[in-house]
Formats: sequence, C-alpha cells, structure tokens
Amino acid sequence: MLELIGITQLFGGVTALHDLSFTVKADEITGVIGPNGAGKTTLFNIVTGIYRQTSGRVLFEGQDISGMPAEKLASRGMVRTFQNIELFGQMTVLENVMVGLHSRSSSGLFACSFRMPWSIREERRIREEAMQWLEFVGIVELSGVMAGNLPFGKGRLLEIARAMACRPRFLLLDEPAAGLNSKETLGLAELIRRIREQGVTVMLVEHDMELVMDICDRIVVLNLGRKLAEGTPREIQDNPQVIAAYLGDDD
Amino acid sequence: MGGAKELLKYGLFAATILLAPYLFSGSYLLNVLVFAGINTLLAVALNLLLGYAGQISLGHAAFFGLGAYASAILTTTYDWNPWTAMAVAALTVGALAFAIGFPVLKLKGHYLAMATLGLGIIIQIVFNEWVDMTDGPSGFSGIPNLTLGPLTFDSDRMNYYLVWIFVLGCVFFSLNLANSRIGRACRAIHDAEVAARVVGVNARLLKVQIFALSAMICALAGSLYAHVMTFIAPSSFGFTVSVELLTMVVIGGLGSIYGSFLGALLLTLLPEFLSVMHDYEIVFYGGLLMVMTIFMPDGLVRVMPALCRRLPSLRRAKEDADA
Repeated sequence: MLELIGITQLFGGVTALHDLSFTVKADEITGVIGPNGAGKTTLFNIVTGIYRQTSGRVLFEGQDISGMPAEKLASRGMVRTFQNIELFGQMTVLENVMVGLHSRSSSGLFACSFRMPWSIREERRIREEAMQWLEFVGIVELSGVMAGNLPFGKGRLLEIARAMACRPRFLLLDEPAAGLNSKETLGLAELIRRIREQGVTVMLVEHDMELVMDICDRIVVLNLGRKLAEGTPREIQDNPQVIAAYLGDDD
Repeated sequence: MGGAKELLKYGLFAATILLAPYLFSGSYLLNVLVFAGINTLLAVALNLLLGYAGQISLGHAAFFGLGAYASAILTTTYDWNPWTAMAVAALTVGALAFAIGFPVLKLKGHYLAMATLGLGIIIQIVFNEWVDMTDGPSGFSGIPNLTLGPLTFDSDRMNYYLVWIFVLGCVFFSLNLANSRIGRACRAIHDAEVAARVVGVNARLLKVQIFALSAMICALAGSLYAHVMTFIAPSSFGFTVSVELLTMVVIGGLGSIYGSFLGALLLTLLPEFLSVMHDYEIVFYGGLLMVMTIFMPDGLVRVMPALCRRLPSLRRAKEDADA
C-alpha cells in the first residue's frame, strides 16, 4: 500500500528523519511509535504531502506521491486526521461529513446555482450517505449540532466519520487517542478495527501503548529520526533496544 | 435552496420587492431604491467571496467599474446591442478575474487585502488615464437606456423593475449555491482550509471560481448601472466604493444572502436621510463599521430575530416597572 524508501528530512542543521525505509501492507493496521522528537509527526507530514522530504521516495500503491497536494491524495484514496482535530466549527456535524463527500460528487457551480435535477439528486445522496457515516461512528444523534460545540471525544469521532466519507483505501490517524479518556479509547480501538473490516488500510501514530499493542498488526519504532525496530506487537515488546529507548539505558 | 420554509421566505422577499413601488408614490425614493438594488447585487457578490469562502477583496469596485465601462464603450462607441454587450462584459470580467485569481488568491489575510487593493487602484487609474476610450476623469456620457421589445427602461419605475429582477435572480442563484456542495466546501475552506483539502476539496480552484463568479455579478451590476445612469465617471468605482461594499456585507451579516440585502438597503438609504453629513460619509461608514463589529459581529440579519424575541420580554419588563 505505502512504501517509504530512504526518507531523509533535514530542518536547517537538524536531521529529523534519517534514511528511513519501511512498508505498510494493505489491509493491516500499522502503528508508528517512538519517544517525543523521534520524527513521527514529520513522517506523517511527509506522507500526506504537507512537507516535501529532503531526499528519498514515498510510493503509494506503487506511484511516487512526493510533493502531491493533499486534495489530490484524497482523490487517490489517502486521507488523514489531525492530532488537534481540525473540524469545520461553524458547520453542523452532518455538514462536516457532507464536505467529506465533496470529492465523490461532481455538480458544478452552475448546476448547483440553478438547482438542476441531477444536482438535487446528488445532494440527497450526499446527505443520506453522510448520515450513514455518522451512524458508523455512533454520533448520529448529534447530526444537527454545531461542530465547534462538540466535546473533544465526539469531535474525534466526527473527524473520522468525515475522513471515511471520502471512502479512502488508506487512512492515517495522527494520535487518535490523544485527549480521550479510557472508555473513549476502548471505543476507538473497536472503531479502528471496524474501519479495517471495511477494507481500509490504517496507519496511526500514537503514544497510547496499550491501544497500539491492542490493535496493530505491525509496529514501527522510531528513535531520533531512525528506525529502531519493526515487527509484531509481541516482537516489539520483547525488543531490548525498544525497551532501552523508552525506559533509558543502564550505561 | 431546498425546503418549503426557504421557498416561502424567498417568495415573501420577492413579493415585497415587486409590490414595493405601489407603496411609495414618491419617485425620489424609487430612484434611491434603484441604487439600493445595484448595491444589493454588489454586496451579495462580495458576500459569496468574503462571507462564504472567507477571502477578502478591497478591489471589488473595480469589477463593477469594468462592467460599467465595458457596457458603456461597447454600446456607445461601437454600437453593440446592450444585452449582448452586458453578457460579453460579464463573461470577460469573469475570465479576467479567473486569470488574476490564481496568483492573487494564493495570498492570505492582510496580503490578499493589499493585493486586491492594488488591483482596484490600478484599474481605476486605467479608467482615469485611458482618455481615448473612457473620456477620462470627466466621465463617459450618452450611454443608451436598455430596451426590451416595446419597453424602454428610462423611468424610475422601469429601472426599479429592471434592477430588482436581476437582484431576485441573483439572490435565488446565490441561495442555491450557498446550500449546495459548492457552498459547503467554501464554508469548509473558510473554517479550516487544511482540513478541507485533506478530505479532497480543491481549495485553490474553488476560491478562484468563486472570485470569478463574484466579479461577474459585479460586472453585471456595473452594466446595469451604466444603462440606468447613462453617465459614468471613474470616481464611482474607487477605493471608497470597495470599502462601502465591505461595510454593507459586514453590517448585513457575513455568510447571509438576505443580510447583504439588508446591509445594502441600509447603507444606501441612510446617506439620503443623513445628507447633512455628506462630506463626512466615509467617517460615518468607518464609525458604523466599528460600532457594528464590536456590538453585533454577526450582522443585522442575525441580530434582528434576537431583538424580536427580546422585545416582548422587554415590554413586559417595562409594564412591570410601570405597575
């Protein structure tokens, strides 16, 4: 699904990522973990086209997507969420998800202004499907609420519903459990599994070890911009280098 | 625009507009209302850009001017059919705005304000200096009135209907657009551009499209203005006019089409009633803008329902106090 080949990212004199390579396999949940400053967010921003890497290549379904704008990535089936939740605060919950269907609808400026029959039909389809995604994440009762007034946990769910409305094949979640309480985190784990069942490959950056160990098929550990380890949750838990990086080395 | 409530609202609005001339006998007020109509077109156009897509323009009077001069020159100097000239003017100005929009709308916030301000100033200089075409600062006269079959739009009443039928069309069109996927995407860009792009909204293209559409409506308003006035001068399309438009949109309510109508109506009628402060008009507009943004940042259209709800309770409070 996603292949990173020799990614290096320099910020001035600082090496944020150094010669990083790994592969995200289709239909798996891949977790990226690492201590603060390991380069997780930088990696995310490179994959989603917000930064352009200094060197190396990012292949999505075999094609180089380096430097491709975010909206183009979305139409190719790659969508992300944000650590700090980016919602359209002045719009209702339902409208937020309807925006997610934008790239999958096509009525133009004039068809919309003149209310052409096909644009009315399309609008109805957008509304119905958006409701289905709200149902999918379990916040359908909040459809008429202004998104800006949602509590954080619900906002997270809305952001995921909006991302899913794009029908991505590859979904990137940037610290989805950040700011959630333990009950909400459990719900999130179950939701991410259901997303995978929809045939969506998931990659997440996360600090919550319990969540990562629980849901991920594969884990990539970063430390100081380099790949420290890669493997199944069990392999990672037993890896002495990972333990050293997280808990500190005795030397 | 969908739903019975929306249609009813629009129906009431349209009926009020069409019946208004029978309520006032004075031709003078009718004349002022013709300009209120032109200002409504301009304010709705700017609101699509500013209130929905969240992109500022301090040069919108220039598009108004381009429409006016294009119609004036094509019909007077080159003897074109006025309706053809109007369509050609609107499409050309739209295309021009589309081309300018790509580099200009890359800018954000203050920089966008400065760039559109510059654009407005440049175009006004052209109106002033290209004397062979525009007759320069003294103005362009002898523009014919519009005709349609046996009708000639030369009286206040005729012009009122001419302009306001365009306004009704434009309002209908804008309400539909605002409630469509395009309007939603615009508001999404306004709220969180990065998030909108991430879910597949081509923010850059959409902003340019709305800019072009907005410019087209302004050009149309310009053509109407030229034919109604039969005389135009560069001073009608300067920076102060752009600021007035901005004031109308903000006072009426950002992101509300009916709000723009209220704002345009208010700011067209007020100076007529407050003619004593004519020399201080711009000071007055500035002051009004400040007071309104401080005390009612959501605009007239959102304050009025709240006021109406509060009125009964206020009256009750007064009655209680009296008793």
